[in-house]
Amino acid sequence: MNDAACQCKQRFADPDDLAPLEEILERYSGERGALIPLLQDAQEAYGYLDERVMRALAREAGYQLSQVYGVATFYTQFRLEPIGEHLIRVCHGTACHVAGAELISEEISNLLGIKDGQTTPDMKFTVESVMCVGACSLSPIMIVDDDTHGKLKPANIRRIIKKYRGGGGETEE
Amino acid sequence: MSTDGKTKLVLGYGTCGIAAGAAAVKEALESELATGKYDAYLDIAGCMGFCFREPIVEVTQADGKSVVYGDLTAKRVPQLLEALAAGEVIEDWVVRRSDDPDAGEGDFLSNQHRIVLRNCGNINPESIEEYIATGGYDAARKVLNSMTPEEAIDEVGMSGIRGRGGAGFPTGTKWGFARKAKGDQKYLVCNADEGDPGAFMDRSVLEGDPHSVIEGMIIAGYAIGATQAYIYCRAEYPLALKRLDIAIAACHEMGFLGKGIFGTDWDFDIRIKKGAGAFVCGEETALIASIEGKRGMPRPRPPFPANEGLWGKPTNINNVETLAAIPWIIAKGGDKYASVGTEKSKGTKVFCLAGKVRRSGLAEVPMGYTLRQVIFDVGGGVREGKEFKAVQMGGPSGGCLPASLLDTLVDYDAITATGAIMGSGGMIVADSSTCMVDLARYFLSFTQEESCGKCVPCRIGTKRMLEILTRICAGEGEAEDMERLEVLAADIKAGSLCALGGTAPNPVLTTLKYFRDEYEDHILRGKCTAGVCPALITLRIREDICTGCGACAKVCPVEAISGEKKEPHSIDADTCIRCKLCLSRCPEEAIYAE
Repeated sequence: MNDAACQCKQRFADPDDLAPLEEILERYSGERGALIPLLQDAQEAYGYLDERVMRALAREAGYQLSQVYGVATFYTQFRLEPIGEHLIRVCHGTACHVAGAELISEEISNLLGIKDGQTTPDMKFTVESVMCVGACSLSPIMIVDDDTHGKLKPANIRRIIKKYRGGGGETEE
Repeated sequence: MSTDGKTKLVLGYGTCGIAAGAAAVKEALESELATGKYDAYLDIAGCMGFCFREPIVEVTQADGKSVVYGDLTAKRVPQLLEALAAGEVIEDWVVRRSDDPDAGEGDFLSNQHRIVLRNCGNINPESIEEYIATGGYDAARKVLNSMTPEEAIDEVGMSGIRGRGGAGFPTGTKWGFARKAKGDQKYLVCNADEGDPGAFMDRSVLEGDPHSVIEGMIIAGYAIGATQAYIYCRAEYPLALKRLDIAIAACHEMGFLGKGIFGTDWDFDIRIKKGAGAFVCGEETALIASIEGKRGMPRPRPPFPANEGLWGKPTNINNVETLAAIPWIIAKGGDKYASVGTEKSKGTKVFCLAGKVRRSGLAEVPMGYTLRQVIFDVGGGVREGKEFKAVQMGGPSGGCLPASLLDTLVDYDAITATGAIMGSGGMIVADSSTCMVDLARYFLSFTQEESCGKCVPCRIGTKRMLEILTRICAGEGEAEDMERLEVLAADIKAGSLCALGGTAPNPVLTTLKYFRDEYEDHILRGKCTAGVCPALITLRIREDICTGCGACAKVCPVEAISGEKKEPHSIDADTCIRCKLCLSRCPEEAIYAE
C-alpha cells in the first residue's frame, strides 16, 4: 500500500488536447455547484489551469468565463502557470514560522535562484509557500512532490534538492 | 482488544507518522514478519498523539501488557523484533508502558482525558469492524431505533457541548434551530476545513477515527431532519480524504448510510467536498458559498444558515471535533459528559501542542484544566529547559498570553476574558527566541492574505495594520504606531462582516497588551531582544567558542565574514545583511544575534 503517494506524476495533458477535459465534464454532468471539483480535476489533468482549458470549461459547462476565472484566482490551490518537474512546498504555518521557515525559504531561493511561486527556467523545480500541512511536530518542514522532509536546517537543503535534481539541468548558483 | 495469542504491533500511520518515516518502518516490519520468525502481526492506526516521538509502534502482548516505542527507523526494526522474541523491553526507546505509567513519557497520556480521541491510535481507521468492536455505531442505532429527534437534541443539549470549531455556540441549541426551521430539504455539513496554521486536531481525528465523525453525522442528520450531508474537507489532507472515502464506502455496505439505514425507513447519505484552499471558508456562509461552487465569500447574517443555508435550504454546520464527541455523548449520556469541565464549558477540548513545547502532539484535556497543566504537565514544558515566554491560542483569530496568565482555565469565558480565544485548538508555545512583534506581523500577513476582500474594514484595515507592523519590524516604527494599531483594530473588529475580520486584530491587541515592552524596544530603542527582526539585530561571533572552521564565511552571500583558518572569525557589521545563514551553519553555535 502506498498511502501518501499520488498517481498524478505522469506527463500532464497538453492544453490543446481537450479530450481529458471532456471526460471530466462528463463526470460532473448534471451536478449542481460542481465548478470547484471541475477545476480541481482539470488542474490534476493539465498540471495547471491554462486559459484555453478555462475557456473551454466555461463554454461547455455553461459558466461565464469571469465566474471560472474568479473561482480559479480566489482559491490558493489553483495555479495559472505550469509547474516544474518537482514541486517544493515550504510550510509557513505558525510552528514552522517560529522554527525558522523563513531561513529555509531563503536558502532555497539562494540555491535555485527563484522566489516563492516561481519555476526554474529549466522547468525542474517550482517553489511554493504553503500554510500549515499539519505536521507541526516536525517543523520546519518542506514537502518535495510527495515526500515530507522535517526538522530542516538550511544546511541540509542543498543535499535534499540534489537528490531530486538527478542528471541534467544545472541551475545551481 | 484480543490479540489471538499473538503479539500485536500497531504502527502510528497518520500524516505526522508518515512524514517522520513510518512508511519505511512499515515496510521493514512487514518484510521481517513475513519471514515467519516472529509470533506477531502488524496493524496500523491513526496518530496516537505522541507526534514528538514519531514514528511510533505500540506492542501489545497476548497478556494485554503494552509498550509504546518511539523514534523508530527501518534499521531499528530487527533489534525491536529480536527484543520482543526474547521477552525484553528496550528501555531507551520506551515512550509509554502499560505496567509502569511513570516510565518514558507516560504522563503525557495519563494527564489527558480522552473522549474525542478515544479511538485515535487504538484502532485501524480503515477497518469498520474495529470501530464496531469498540461499540461503534451503537449510538446511531439507538438514536434511530428508540429516540425521537427531539430526544436526541435534548441529550446533546444536556451534555452542554459547545461548538469546537472556535465560536463555542451550544450544539444542542444549534440543532434545535435547524430542527424547527421549515423546509422540504435540509442539509448537514461537517466543517473539516481546518485552516488555522498550527492546528491539526481535525485532521488527526479524520485520519485516526473517521467513523466517529460519520456516526456523529448520522445522529445529527436524524436530529435536525437532514437526509443529505456534506463533509467539507481541505484538499491538503489527502490521507484524511482517503480514509473518509473508505469509511463511507464501508458504511454503505453495512447499511449505515444510504436508503433505510439501520433497518429504519430513514435515508441518509454523505458526500465529500474538497476545499480548494481559503481560510475564510471556515466561516459558515463562506463555506456554503464554496460548496455551491462559488468564491468563498461570507454574507451578512441573518438569515442564519439554520433557516437559509446551502441552496437556500435550512443547513446545520458542525465541526469535526464536535461531531466526533456526539456518539460518546449518546452512548454514555449527556449528564456524564456534563460532569466533566467547568460551569459553562463542559467536556473536553483537544489541543495541538506545537512550537517550543517539549512534547508536541495531540492533547485532549478536560475543560477547567489550567493552561499551565496543559503546557507543563501534558506538554512537558519548554524545550531545552528554556524559559516559557508566551502561548498563542486560536491561531490568526486568537491571542498571545504571557506567563502571568498560565493559571487561566481552559474555559470559553475565561480565555475570552484574556483577549485570546479558545479557537479550534492550536496552541503554539514560544520561548525567548520568539519575537512577539514578528509573531503579530506573521498572523496579520496571514489574515491580510486570506481576507476575501468583500468588506472594507477587513480588506483595507488588515492591510494598513500589516504595513505598520512591517515597518516596526524593519526598525522604521514611529512612536504613534502603537496607538494607530489600537484604533485600527477597534474599527476592524467593529466593522467587519464576518469573524475573520472580527478577530484578525486579536494577535496584535494581545501582544500590545501583554508584550508592550517589545513594541517599545522595536520602536523607541531600536532593538529586537529575541534576535529575530533582521533590521534590529547585529550578528557577532563569540571568539572563545569559534574554532575557525570557516563554515560561516563560506555561506555568507556578501563576504562579510573574515578570519584566518583555525582562528576566531569576525563579522563586519557594515557589510552584513543579517540574513542569518551563517548562524544556521555554525557547528559550534558561536554566532549570536543581539
